[in-house]
Amino acid sequence: MHIAEGFLPPAHAIAWGVASAPFVVHGVRSLTREVKEHPESTLLLGASGAFTFVLSALKIPSVTGSCSHPTGTGLGAILFRPPIMAVLGTITLLFQALLLAHGGLTTLGANVFSMAIVGPWAGYAVYRLLKRYDVPLMVAVFFGAFVADLSTYCVTSVQLALAFPDPSSGFVGALGKFGGIFAVTQIPLAVSEGLLTVVVMRLLVQSSKGELTRLGVLLQGGKKADEGGKKDTDAKKCTDTEKDTDTKSETGASA
Amino acid sequence: MSRNAKINTLLLLVVAALAVLPLALGLGDDEKEPFTGADAQAETAITEIKPDYEPWFSPLYEPPSGEVESALFALQAALGAGVLAYYFGLRKGRRQGAEQARAEEATEEQTADAEGGRPGAGQV
Repeated sequence: MHIAEGFLPPAHAIAWGVASAPFVVHGVRSLTREVKEHPESTLLLGASGAFTFVLSALKIPSVTGSCSHPTGTGLGAILFRPPIMAVLGTITLLFQALLLAHGGLTTLGANVFSMAIVGPWAGYAVYRLLKRYDVPLMVAVFFGAFVADLSTYCVTSVQLALAFPDPSSGFVGALGKFGGIFAVTQIPLAVSEGLLTVVVMRLLVQSSKGELTRLGVLLQGGKKADEGGKKDTDAKKCTDTEKDTDTKSETGASA
Repeated sequence: MSRNAKINTLLLLVVAALAVLPLALGLGDDEKEPFTGADAQAETAITEIKPDYEPWFSPLYEPPSGEVESALFALQAALGAGVLAYYFGLRKGRRQGAEQARAEEATEEQTADAEGGRPGAGQV
């Protein structure tokens, strides 16, 4: 989805930059507020950014005979809400534009708009919608990440079709062309991203239950994930420690 | 392997299969250059639609070769993977540390009680 440096006409480049800027500024504010109010979430913020770093560096072969990469923005959007992801996504895109000549400074606004704004918001919206209808957490996470990934590439196709309408078939023709390159290639990759996000979320449910509860991903006092086995062992652990404390207080009382 | 680990492994295997199948099935064989990047294909499409379009800005820094570029991509992935691994390792360590501390506390109090410690000491 990286539109290469100089590949958007100046007017388009500026327009997308102007459109993206308020989201990123708002995102920086949300991020500083989050870090100030909950310093303990800095680590998880770093992990969400790291996930985007890894996934957007992986160019994976797809069914169309070309390669593309996931975005990794769904996870952060679900955990910390989309504004914060606008910042983390922008950092990733800047790194790639400056060091890898992947994307570019003139196209940064457009790339931020697709990967760091529309993707996270679309994914987050789907995730919230599914959760409202009591869909299991991991299913909602999968589709949230899937949509965050795919919508990013759809936006890139629209951006390019707007800038380069086909001489004969116009915007629609160009959209078909760019959509064929980006969106179709992206479908299996979006599935992969959804699955990888589910794996990370499952690990988080295991390791960071308190934080997920605070962030509203897990409900207080229980979890909706398909974690039956885990729950059983947890419950057993709980009863074990309870037993310990029971015996302890008994000995205390008898003494 | 716990049920959890099995499910995670299965999910990762599906991801790997999704990446390998297009290669194994030779889905790129009828392309001029199989498995090029979609970003590069888009650049080609732009020059097809508008042959006279000239990029008006070039990257400030461009990796001098494909090798250097792939090294930088690997660096990006490694940085991300490193931070993720640090996060999960730290979490696991903290959890184990807390459990251990709890267990030690319990045994200490038990021995203290057994030696005839103050009544009610275990109820704090």
